[in-house]
Amino acid sequence: MTSLVLFLLIFIAAGLTLLAANLVLGWFIRPDKPSAAKAEVYECGEQPVGPAWVQFDLRFYVVALLFVIFDVELAFFFPWAVVFGSATRAADEEPQHAAQRIEAAKNLQPQETPTESTPTPPPAAAAKQLAWIAFADILVFFGVLLVGFAYLWRRGDLEWVRSTAAQPEHTSVSAGETHATQPVPVGHTL
Amino acid sequence: MGLLEGRMEDSFLVTNLEHAINWARESSLWPMTFGLACCAIEMMATGAPRYDIDRFGAGAFRATPRQADLMIVAGTVNLKMAERVRRLYNQMPDPKFVIAMGACTCGGGPYYKYGYNVAKGVDLVVPVDVYVPGCPPRPEALLEGLMRIQDKIHKMRDLTKGQPDEMPIPTRTGSVLLPPELSDPEKAVEFLKENKERAKPVKA
Repeated sequence: MTSLVLFLLIFIAAGLTLLAANLVLGWFIRPDKPSAAKAEVYECGEQPVGPAWVQFDLRFYVVALLFVIFDVELAFFFPWAVVFGSATRAADEEPQHAAQRIEAAKNLQPQETPTESTPTPPPAAAAKQLAWIAFADILVFFGVLLVGFAYLWRRGDLEWVRSTAAQPEHTSVSAGETHATQPVPVGHTL
Repeated sequence: MGLLEGRMEDSFLVTNLEHAINWARESSLWPMTFGLACCAIEMMATGAPRYDIDRFGAGAFRATPRQADLMIVAGTVNLKMAERVRRLYNQMPDPKFVIAMGACTCGGGPYYKYGYNVAKGVDLVVPVDVYVPGCPPRPEALLEGLMRIQDKIHKMRDLTKGQPDEMPIPTRTGSVLLPPELSDPEKAVEFLKENKERAKPVKA
């Protein structure tokens, strides 16, 4: 264990040294002539107008949040797919796929069970039932998230540009009122 | 050179270090895209494969002054543009070099006599290191200008001698004696009318 820690420490030290050496060498060697004209904000040669710091656009946060949620959902799909694949393969009744069936059944068992010396193909009906239950499970999971997705879409969170001018003329009164009362200059608010 | 500028004595190590630093600087001069007029076309040709400025290390044209160390002023500098040229030159980090490409930047060029809106030479605006005459100069001429800048860098002795602090100030004023046709407002209007007459197509 200590050898691993030492290994990591040496690696980190080497990385930091290389970084620091370059920066320190640069600090000694590079010219240092600061002036007010040089430090002026760059605006393609013009006299700079307004501050250089712009307000963070909240739409990026919304997009990132949605991405994280659906990415986690996708991450949950992967182990499900493994189990479902094994279950379908275990339920396959064709004789030439017997070896595959035994392999799949072994995958479905918890890891610590001892393997038999002469494996027999598992009952296909049980595996098929497992497959169907797994399918129903994922449909429920996906359905819940799909409802959430539909809500987002309807609410307009997927639109990059939201402006009152772009609203359709025939929205219902309540929706129209909600949109009209929100201040929506293009591009700077949710 | 910050801390070490002009502070080291000539010795084997320092000389070679200077040599190495100068070699690194001259082999990676990144120009700023400053094509103002027709010389820009020749500058583009120099960047293109046939004359290839990239083999000198100067192929990375930066659009921002913050990342450039060479400003190739290619084209006529109008009085309106001169302000912007100076501001962008100020915003470049040291060490910086300027190539005045083309006749217009060298001394007004074809606009010397009648160009009331042209700055007669970009050295009235920024300190120029190398002048490349021509209208427009051939790409090989621009490459020679680049090589002269490389020679200039080769002669730099930052660690032993340092760089001068003051920037050179132009010794000429750039005011041009107007030709007699334009010396008075009335004469100027006459001149314009005459020009318009002469420009009319001849009826065959």
